[in-house]
Amino acid sequence: MRSGRTLELAVVGTAGGLFSGLFGVGGGVILVPLLVLWLGWGERRATATSLGAIVVIAAVGSVTNGLLGHVHVDDAALVGLPAVAGVLAGTWLQQHMRAEWISILFATMLIVVAAELALR
Amino acid sequence: MSVVAIGLGCLAGVLSGLLGVGGGVLFVPALALVVGLGQDEAQATSLLAILPVALAGAWRQRSYGNLEIGDAALIGALATLGVVAGSLAANALDDRIQRIAFAVLTVVIAIQLLRRGIAGLRRDVGSSGATTAEREGASDGR
Repeated sequence: MRSGRTLELAVVGTAGGLFSGLFGVGGGVILVPLLVLWLGWGERRATATSLGAIVVIAAVGSVTNGLLGHVHVDDAALVGLPAVAGVLAGTWLQQHMRAEWISILFATMLIVVAAELALR
Repeated sequence: MSVVAIGLGCLAGVLSGLLGVGGGVLFVPALALVVGLGQDEAQATSLLAILPVALAGAWRQRSYGNLEIGDAALIGALATLGVVAGSLAANALDDRIQRIAFAVLTVVIAIQLLRRGIAGLRRDVGSSGATTAEREGASDGR
């Protein structure tokens, strides 16, 4: 049972990363729907786990891209530091809304992303 | 200009906290179109901007009782390897086919999430959709 669950998480991680790299989108866009629709997790647990996984992905990505010299640290701070305040508000807000709305908002974001990609 | 970038940054953070994404969806256009970085540099810089956001969000979610770090570490480690493999495969694909395939996949996923969300709201009795505050209130009462 325990190893079955580990295998499921391993498949989610590998598939999420593959699609993310293949389509050039962030890991969360794939990870959250996989956890919610395939493993049947609640929205809050799925989004929380996605954020934790993104820490690893972004850390490795930042270091490798940093070594390649593509990273502008000052510009990352310009958008990233206000976003830290935003994420504290966002996670707080998320605890005070019905979980179903998270799925609906996520679907809305996906449709916007799809439209942007198709029209680009 | 930087006011717009800061505003988009705030918005990206809220989106990240609400939906469990990194916020690159807004960081990349903010860095490319507002700050004026090239596409490659905008994407690379976005990854660094995401790092503190995801850390802060994961930390808050952990204190709300929604995150098991072991799960996230396993998924994150394998996803990182997956991204590398996926990026290499992407180079072999036609860009147009790639974008259309992704747009279709995204819409299919969006429809399934919408159905789940709407069905849950219609049911409107189970506690699965209750807010964390309600959940904690309920467990306090036991």
